[in-house]
Amino acid sequence: MTELPEQIAQWINAKGWRLHPHQITMLEQAQLAANLLIAPTGAGKTLSGFLPTLAELADGTFQGLHTIYVSPLKALAADIKRNLTTPISEMNLSIRVEDRTGDTTNTAKKRQRADPPQILLTTPESLALLTSYEDAPRLFSSVKRIIIDEIHALAESKRGDQLFLALSRIQSFSPELRRVGLSATVDDPQEIASLLARHPDPCPIHYADAGPPPDIQMLDTKAAPPWSGGGAAHAIPEVLDLIKAHKTTLIFHNTRAQAELFFHNLWLANTESLPIAIHHGSLDRQQREKVEAAMVQGHLRAVVCTGSLDLGIDWGDVDLVVQIGAPKNVKRLVQRIGRANHRYNAPSKAVIVPANRFEIIECQASLDAVKTNRLDGAPRGAPPLDVLCQHILLMACSGPFYDNDLYQQIKTAGPYRTLSRADFDACLEFCTTGGYALRRYDQWHRLMPLGQGQYRLRDPRSAQRIRMNAGTIQDSDTLKVRLKRSRGGKPLGEVEEYFASTLTPGDTFLIAGQVVRFEGMNEMTVEVSRRSDKTPKVATFMGTKFATSTQLSDLILNRFAAHDWTGLPDHSITWLETQERISQLPKPGQLLIETFERKSRHHICVYGFSGRNAQQTLGLLLTKRMEDMGLAPLGFVATDYATLIWGLEQVTDPASLITSDTLLNGFETWLQGNAVMKRSFRSVATIAGLIERNLPGQRKTGRQATFSSDILYDTLTKYDPDHLLLRITRDEAQRGLVDFSRIDHMLKTLAPHIIHRDLPHVSPLAAPLFLEVGVVPIAGMARERLLANEAAELMAEAGLHLSS
Amino acid sequence: MAHLEFEFCKTRLWATGAGCLIWPDQNLLVVSDLHLGKSDRLNRKGAGFLPPYETQDTLTRLDQEITTYAPKTVICLGDSFDDLEAAGSLLEAEKQWLATLQAGRNWIWIEGNHDPGPVEFGGTHLAEVICDPLRFRHIATPQGGGEISGHYHPKAQLKGTARPAFLVDETRIILPAFGTYTGGLYSHDAQLVALMKQDAKAILTGAVPLAIPMPRTHKNRTQKNRAMWRG
Repeated sequence: MTELPEQIAQWINAKGWRLHPHQITMLEQAQLAANLLIAPTGAGKTLSGFLPTLAELADGTFQGLHTIYVSPLKALAADIKRNLTTPISEMNLSIRVEDRTGDTTNTAKKRQRADPPQILLTTPESLALLTSYEDAPRLFSSVKRIIIDEIHALAESKRGDQLFLALSRIQSFSPELRRVGLSATVDDPQEIASLLARHPDPCPIHYADAGPPPDIQMLDTKAAPPWSGGGAAHAIPEVLDLIKAHKTTLIFHNTRAQAELFFHNLWLANTESLPIAIHHGSLDRQQREKVEAAMVQGHLRAVVCTGSLDLGIDWGDVDLVVQIGAPKNVKRLVQRIGRANHRYNAPSKAVIVPANRFEIIECQASLDAVKTNRLDGAPRGAPPLDVLCQHILLMACSGPFYDNDLYQQIKTAGPYRTLSRADFDACLEFCTTGGYALRRYDQWHRLMPLGQGQYRLRDPRSAQRIRMNAGTIQDSDTLKVRLKRSRGGKPLGEVEEYFASTLTPGDTFLIAGQVVRFEGMNEMTVEVSRRSDKTPKVATFMGTKFATSTQLSDLILNRFAAHDWTGLPDHSITWLETQERISQLPKPGQLLIETFERKSRHHICVYGFSGRNAQQTLGLLLTKRMEDMGLAPLGFVATDYATLIWGLEQVTDPASLITSDTLLNGFETWLQGNAVMKRSFRSVATIAGLIERNLPGQRKTGRQATFSSDILYDTLTKYDPDHLLLRITRDEAQRGLVDFSRIDHMLKTLAPHIIHRDLPHVSPLAAPLFLEVGVVPIAGMARERLLANEAAELMAEAGLHLSS
Repeated sequence: MAHLEFEFCKTRLWATGAGCLIWPDQNLLVVSDLHLGKSDRLNRKGAGFLPPYETQDTLTRLDQEITTYAPKTVICLGDSFDDLEAAGSLLEAEKQWLATLQAGRNWIWIEGNHDPGPVEFGGTHLAEVICDPLRFRHIATPQGGGEISGHYHPKAQLKGTARPAFLVDETRIILPAFGTYTGGLYSHDAQLVALMKQDAKAILTGAVPLAIPMPRTHKNRTQKNRAMWRG
């Protein structure tokens, strides 16, 4: 056990505090190689992590870097610095605490390497860079402890993989390094423990008292929710009442667009002018910081927000969390609820607001899941090799290495514990020569083999380039929005590039809670002017649309199967019972398909319950197949639970449409040419170091010298389809972006159990789909025809002829 | 791929969907900015290892055009090689392939700003070719005058779809770049707007080439290109 030194014990007594049991455990177990603490927000996680460090440093004799603290957010590192510095000075300890993030000045960074503080607060990216310097062995040899905060958030992304690789490196300089992970409640703590610990070290998991169960309710509104949509405008009066009845309310939305819309409507109804703000990732940083500051000072009664407030920064006295729309994922709901009431051992209070009729069922299923502690999570895939390529390059920056040693070292990193030698060699080959099968670069390799498995950078100057391009966070394809003025107007936030491309001057849309008019593009900025319009012409801008998790879908289907209507309002029960009478309810293990005619169009509705992304992909595949078969599909729409397709011809045997091998094969081809794949490739190629985002002293060339990474993707697909980067891209797209496994499940597992109902008219469950926005019209050859028509019209309009 | 017939300086011309210009009455094919050996040059300059297949891909597409139109004369409007050293870096098979394409044809290399005359390949090297009423050179001149050139890698946009494009007015034609690793300059770029007359047209390449009035302003589309490669 690490003894608590006198100064610290006295300080705690003076404050009238007593350590929580899990804080004592963390102190007792501090000498173990790895510890994972699972604790809800407000349980004093941070102190649990730092107490052993303070104890070890209390006598003021330790020289060099002792503890590294890593958090996913720069802001969190700054927050922790404040929270640590106060007690350290009150205890009169001589401990230096500094942060090192992307915001730290170069001078400070240089000084930190020469004269490190005892406690360094940093992010995974900054830490990885720190290991790439020649002096890394000296700097890290003294490190005793590393604390990883919000490890659950890091574990889900490539940032975590990068971090755990950096740990393997640091541990090689400091074999006595002890690791501590601090995590929110997760579905699979064992998995996080195995990522954290040096493989195969054991990693005990400690649990803080989860506190009393949260008080969650579904909001009862006077107006019934609409049949479709996600705005929850019907609930504005009740939500406003809730805000008035509480001190500070966080109102979570699943997308930025919904948050903007809701905020706009909320203000229209906010006759008392309660201080209510909006906060989401697309807003300008200055704007966000202003809201955060007002929040900390307790000036705000409510904040309308998205996932940008999900992570553990302490925003002060939140006593109510409102979730608008079905949470889509139980784990996320639990973490959001945890934001309410930071007083430990008091129940968190939360209200869920279903935005439409179907979401009532979904919300009820989520509530069941929270009460029975059934969290959902997606299984981790194979370790990402693009991150490994970047790691190898960063290693080479710090000095020569031997391939065998590096391979053994990498295998101690949790995510890479099962890495095969063949995969490692492929990555090393990629870093050395590019790894092309059909034509090789004979000279100018990036790494130079020195014989006996030793490698070094061929050109030491390339280290700067490699460092500049390190990191696993990709530039999101967003554009800044500014008010149009003579000299640089006020920045309002960002919109997705795709959304910007759909705007024409005069269009109005919502951003930062106000209606603005699109004026035009200036370089890479969207220029807008303020408008006093009440309603924007363009309803929304894009944003991540979460798909309902598999577990949640299963819960809903199980309720259907068991006729379990508990918690549902009468109108929902009537709706479901009518569905049973006219058609039937979808059941687990079956694929219900309805066909019916409406307004002389033939419709097919496929209830896959596979989440929005998979249902959307199913729509694309089926309509493509239908077009090939001459079934003239006109369009489709997809939600989390069904895909509705309409066309001119009747589909008499939908089962054969879905079960055909052609559909599966079509999927492979579709995937290859898909924009999602190209997007994945761009990110993979950037992380692996094929594409550089930043070049030192970049030469300004004409635009004609630049070309898009899509061309590289097409070229590789054509001439070197087995190239490492394509292999990584395919793995990645199949895992995450297109929900491959869920489509696969629909096409292979469920397809033999198709129930086809041919109905005289639309069914109750299908009816809301007709009101959904986001209809996908069918393109194909029609696209060329559309373009040709447009071209002819333009020429005629301009009075131009080809033979001038 | 189809081609689009149009009249320029009283001459009948075809713009092919792949991006070549055909003068059927002279049995002549014009192609611009092949940039052969680009990945090699970038590698030499320390800009990494792009998939080294662009020369193969460019030659494959050029071969298809030559097979389709069987021209007696081929004019390459310059920047045929990414630089002189890149010309030397072609694989033996690729050099052979190029020789096969040249065999039995009148082959003219116009000098570009990247490649002042790759002499090791057959064919004639010229700064400019005049074949009345048309003149062929690498970079357009302000006076025009029946001028066919390349250099700018023009592209244009229709309904949100951007494609390499021919720019045509009454005095000049600017060809799109043919090379696989080439980007594009929007027709609404200031340089091209200044150069092309008010009634200029853009002919978009693609399965079916399409003529539109040349877009002179970027209406609603951003010029931001993601993950770009600068060479």
